[in-house]
Amino acid sequence: MPIEVLMPALSPTMTEGTLAKWVKSEGDQVAPGDVIAEIETDKATMEVEAVDEGTLAKILVPAGTENVAVNTAIALLAADGEDASAVDAAAKPGSKGDTGESPAEADAKGSPKGQVDSEERADAPPAAAQAAAPPASDEDKYFKETTRMTVREALRDAMAEEMRADQRVFVMGEEVAEYQGAYKVTQGLLQEFGAKRVIDTPITEHGFAGVGVGAAFAGLRPIVEFMTFNFAMQAIDHLINSASKTLYMAGGAMGCPIVFRGPNGAASRVAAQHSQDYASWYAHCPGLKVVAPWSAADAKGLLKSAIRDPNPVVFLENEILYGQNFDVPTDPDFTVPIGRAKIVRPGKDVTVVGYSIMVGKALEAAEALAGEGIDAEVIDLRTLRPLDVATVVESVKKTNRIVSVEEGWPVAGIGAEIAALMMEHAFDYLDAPLARVCAADVPLPYAANLEQLALPQPAAIVKAAKAVCYRT
Amino acid sequence: MAPSKTKQNGHDKAEPKAQGSTEDLLKFYREMLLIRRFEEKAGQLYGMGLIGGFCHLYIGQEAVVTGVQAVAQEGDSIITGYRDHGHMLATEMDPRGVMAELTGRIGGYSKGKGGSMHMFSKEKRFYGGHGIVGSQVSIGTGLAFAHKYSEDGGVAFAYMGDGAVNQGQVYESFNMAALWKLPCVYVIENNQYGMGTSVARASANTELFERGYAYGIPGKQVDGMDVIAVRDHAAKAAEHARSGDGPMILEMMTYRYRGHSMSDPAKYRTREEVSQMRETRDPIEHVRKALLGGEKVSEDDLKAIDKEIRQIVNDAASFAQESPEPDPAELWTDVLVDA
Repeated sequence: MPIEVLMPALSPTMTEGTLAKWVKSEGDQVAPGDVIAEIETDKATMEVEAVDEGTLAKILVPAGTENVAVNTAIALLAADGEDASAVDAAAKPGSKGDTGESPAEADAKGSPKGQVDSEERADAPPAAAQAAAPPASDEDKYFKETTRMTVREALRDAMAEEMRADQRVFVMGEEVAEYQGAYKVTQGLLQEFGAKRVIDTPITEHGFAGVGVGAAFAGLRPIVEFMTFNFAMQAIDHLINSASKTLYMAGGAMGCPIVFRGPNGAASRVAAQHSQDYASWYAHCPGLKVVAPWSAADAKGLLKSAIRDPNPVVFLENEILYGQNFDVPTDPDFTVPIGRAKIVRPGKDVTVVGYSIMVGKALEAAEALAGEGIDAEVIDLRTLRPLDVATVVESVKKTNRIVSVEEGWPVAGIGAEIAALMMEHAFDYLDAPLARVCAADVPLPYAANLEQLALPQPAAIVKAAKAVCYRT
Repeated sequence: MAPSKTKQNGHDKAEPKAQGSTEDLLKFYREMLLIRRFEEKAGQLYGMGLIGGFCHLYIGQEAVVTGVQAVAQEGDSIITGYRDHGHMLATEMDPRGVMAELTGRIGGYSKGKGGSMHMFSKEKRFYGGHGIVGSQVSIGTGLAFAHKYSEDGGVAFAYMGDGAVNQGQVYESFNMAALWKLPCVYVIENNQYGMGTSVARASANTELFERGYAYGIPGKQVDGMDVIAVRDHAAKAAEHARSGDGPMILEMMTYRYRGHSMSDPAKYRTREEVSQMRETRDPIEHVRKALLGGEKVSEDDLKAIDKEIRQIVNDAASFAQESPEPDPAELWTDVLVDA
């Protein structure tokens, strides 16, 4: 049985080409890797190499033939022991074949379809069909006994508790150990856990993010601190390409349990390169979980959940919040589930959704609105991916009006996402279009007055809330 | 530059070539031939439209991964870039699963969702298959970090090409590995071209084994077409790393016969250069001659191995064509692990 040599595709898009030249002649011996012909596509001339050993028994497509379809039999190869002269000269030029199997088998196997009915996709797990309920939480019961502490202390306690519980957990980053943290978030960890588990890195974000990913692949539970998320832009390839996509690319065989944490967004007067909210960047990407807490209790409960989570989690903190005090449950079993928003101020007239530092601004705005007879419900999203759509939708069903607040820019931002989600899930309940309150669409300026103007302030939230309530 | 060139000054001087035992040579012949035949089959399936996208073949470079992995011990880990099929076979991953991943079928290592550049095996401690040039070096350094952290005595083998060595994160990784004395062997597979750009056109210093000197990392240039030389140098590097002395760099002088990827017409080098290399430096032919030059192995013995390898590869190719495409529902799975 002679082996058919087929017209090869040399790129994913090639469907036909010109058989420019035969390098071997009928009767020549060929071995795997020998160049037997040259073909031309619209892009280049390429060489066709033999895969099998044997004698070139019959050339089916002569040199110079144009528009030869991919997978057309172009020659017959007599295998060892076959009589080349006896090869069926009647073999039809242009017949489709396979690697030595019969053409019937080849047809049965065929090439992959690669095309599916769009219905299949529409019936599959929906992005938009309905808002899934958020994960259950028993967090409220822990608030019977609380202590007053800063966000900074709450984050530190979360790491310390998880490091006590799991030897695989370690923290690495710039100045996390001997300096005690650039913002003192890791204060005391070196003293308790030692240099093996609290690791000062060189200033080398791209590199140590990759080291963290490798350690996670190997079964450890790294907490990678970025001094600020502005510097994580150096490392974002590892957060997205290495951490978030591996589980999917591995078909579930291997994942990346890691926490990337650090302050995000504007601090105070540090100008454009050190003042950016990356929430929408990370929230865009499947395979990541993205958390951005406001209160110290949520910071602690969510960081504990993030460290225990088997997936990569981007944990966005805020420098200005680090020093703010909140009531935090004392029970070390207190955690907050990722993916669950929290109504931090119930109200009936307008829903205000925000995350991180903007929750505080929204609460200030709500107080001002109350003075004007508008009862605002403030929702702290807490998690940006997966977003707790159900809680927001339930609120809008009650208030029929919504304002989104974020420190990021408006274009393709979290507010834009909320707006789209409301169109999909709450259109019939809206009495006014959603209003967005965002940072001004400019790099953050340094001058005190301009910075104040660029960042969302309570007054802007009040104005937006009144607008959706059709009040002036 | 000829792959046989070895640096003759300082601590990078290559040791004299050692001879392999017949058993070793037969093992290497078999393993290298499996990679060669597997890759040729992959090229053929690509030509038939059964494999799509990017497909980077390892043909010509077989001695590198075969020789290095010969010194790996149980528990060691391995990671590489996108030219990765040979590394999977060298870690004894199933040729069926690898080929079926190339054809994008459910029977592939990643259920058809990763493709040529993205396969993993926790069991074999093969950590990919990475498509971003250089990223595997940082991740591989993290694997070494985990070996040290866990005190498990393991070594991480991180492979990269001559193109990757100009990425910044490679040096960030070298620095950390040397600073923390991580058990990592960096294997630079210098096949002389990063896609279409020769080493001389891309690197100010073309002696790539010297790239760790600034961090105190010893480097050796090795004839990467000689599997015995590769093995012997890898053994020393692995011992260096395992004994707590930190990382080491091996620059393997090798050559790829095929284009950078399937759609590369390879106009940046002459046909003569490729032919010359295949005819005079082929790593498999080298071992074959050594075996036949001895008393113990006959032409028929090698033919029997050839036949066996061909069967394994044909079986993998059949499996890769018969295995169904992933179910449409797979579109939505494996995005996140249930917490």
